[in-house]
Amino acid sequence: MIHLSLVIILLIFVSAMLAGTLGSLVGLGGGVLIVPLLTLAFGLPIRYAIGTSIVAVIATSSGAAAAYVRNNMTNMRIGLFLEMATTIGAICGAFLAGLLAPASLFLIFGVILLISVIPQVFKIGEELPKGVHNDRWATWLHLGGSYPDQRLGREVSYQVTRTPLGLAMMYVAGVLSGLLGIGSGTLKVLAMDTIMCLPMKVSTTTSNFMIGVTAAASAGIYFARGDIPPLVAAPVALGILLGAFVGARLLSRLSNKTLRLIFVPIMAFVAVEMVLRGLGIGS
Amino acid sequence: MKKHSTNHFRTESLSLPSDRPSISDQLKHKTLPANKHFTTFITGWILRSGVILSASITLLGLLLMLIHPGGISEQSLQLFPQTLGQVWLGLMTLQPQAIIALGLLLLIATPVLSVTAALVGFALEHDRSYVVIALIVLATLVMSFWLGKAG
Repeated sequence: MIHLSLVIILLIFVSAMLAGTLGSLVGLGGGVLIVPLLTLAFGLPIRYAIGTSIVAVIATSSGAAAAYVRNNMTNMRIGLFLEMATTIGAICGAFLAGLLAPASLFLIFGVILLISVIPQVFKIGEELPKGVHNDRWATWLHLGGSYPDQRLGREVSYQVTRTPLGLAMMYVAGVLSGLLGIGSGTLKVLAMDTIMCLPMKVSTTTSNFMIGVTAAASAGIYFARGDIPPLVAAPVALGILLGAFVGARLLSRLSNKTLRLIFVPIMAFVAVEMVLRGLGIGS
Repeated sequence: MKKHSTNHFRTESLSLPSDRPSISDQLKHKTLPANKHFTTFITGWILRSGVILSASITLLGLLLMLIHPGGISEQSLQLFPQTLGQVWLGLMTLQPQAIIALGLLLLIATPVLSVTAALVGFALEHDRSYVVIALIVLATLVMSFWLGKAG
C-alpha cells in the first residue's frame, strides 16, 4: 500500500501537472500517463489508479475546454455530433465487456494504432489541410468553422469531409472506452485529423472537450464503487487543472506542425503500451 | 464577443465581471453577434465556473487535511465517503475528505453540465438539429449512469 506523505502528495501534484499540460495539448486524457505513474512510481493499487485516472481525464478535458471553447478553438458542433456516437458506443462496449477477452483486444487495437502511426508520419510537415470540401453531412449540419490562429496571425477557416466514416470511428472509440476503460483520446484525434481532415489544433481541442463527456458517464460509477480515493485524486485533479491551463496557453502559440510532432510519439507510446498489455507484459 | 477571446482565463472570477453584459442582458438587448457564438459563450462560462469552483473546494479540503494533525495516514486512504449520503454527512462535520469528495464530484459533473449548457444555447438559437443532438448525448449519459448503477 502506498505510503502517503506531504512529499508524495507534492510529487503526485507536479507529475499530474506535466500530464495535464501534455494532455491538453494533444487531446488525450492523460490516463495512459497517470495509471503507470501511480502504480509503478507510487505503488498505488491498480483499482485506485484507474479510478483516479478517470478524474484525471475529466480534469484535463474540463480545464482545457474551459479555455478552448471560449476562444473558439473547439468546434462544439463537431464535438457534440460525434459525441453521440461515442457515448452510444461506450454503452455497447460496457455490454460486450464480459464477452470478449480484454488481452486480445488490447493487442488488436494496439496493432491498429501502430499501423495508423504511418500516415501520421507522412503528415508531419503539414500545417493546414488543403483541398478539403464539405461533404453532404457537413453542409447540412454546418460542421465547418474557423478558429483564430495566433501563430499564423489570422482566422483559419476549414471544411469537413468524410463525416460518416468519422462518426463510425468515434463509435469504435466509444466501444473501446466502454470495453477497456481507456479514454481513447488518441482515436478521437485520429478520426478528426486523418479521416475528417480538420486542422490539428481543432482536432486536439475538440477531442479535449469530448473525452470529459465520455469519462463523466463512467466516473459516477467509479466513485460509488469507492475506486476514487480523495487524497490521491485531489492532488492529481489540482495538478492537472493547472497543467491544462498552462497547456491551453501554449497551444495557441504552437504551430500545427509542432503539435503533430508532440502527438505522434505519444500515439506510438500508447500503441506500444496497448500491445504490451495485450501480450501480458507490464501493468 | 470577439474581444472576450483575448481575455485571460486567470482574470475570470466565479461570477461574470460587471463590465461585461450578463447572459440575460445580452438576450434582452439582442447584442449577440453571429448566433453561433452564444452557445460557445454559455458553455465556456459553465466550464470555467465548474473548474474554478471544484478546484477551490478540492484545494480547501486538501489544505484542511494537511493542517489536521495525523490527517494523512494509511487509514485516510482506505476510508473515505463513497455515496452522496456519506459525502453529505461528512460535510456536516466539515470532514476534509468529504470536502475533497464534493470538489471531485463537482468536477465530474462539469462536462455533463457543459453539454446541458450547450443544449440551452442551441435551444435559444433555435437550432433544432443540435438541440436533438445534445438531447441524445445527455440521454445516453443518463442511461449509461443508470445502467452502471443497475448492473
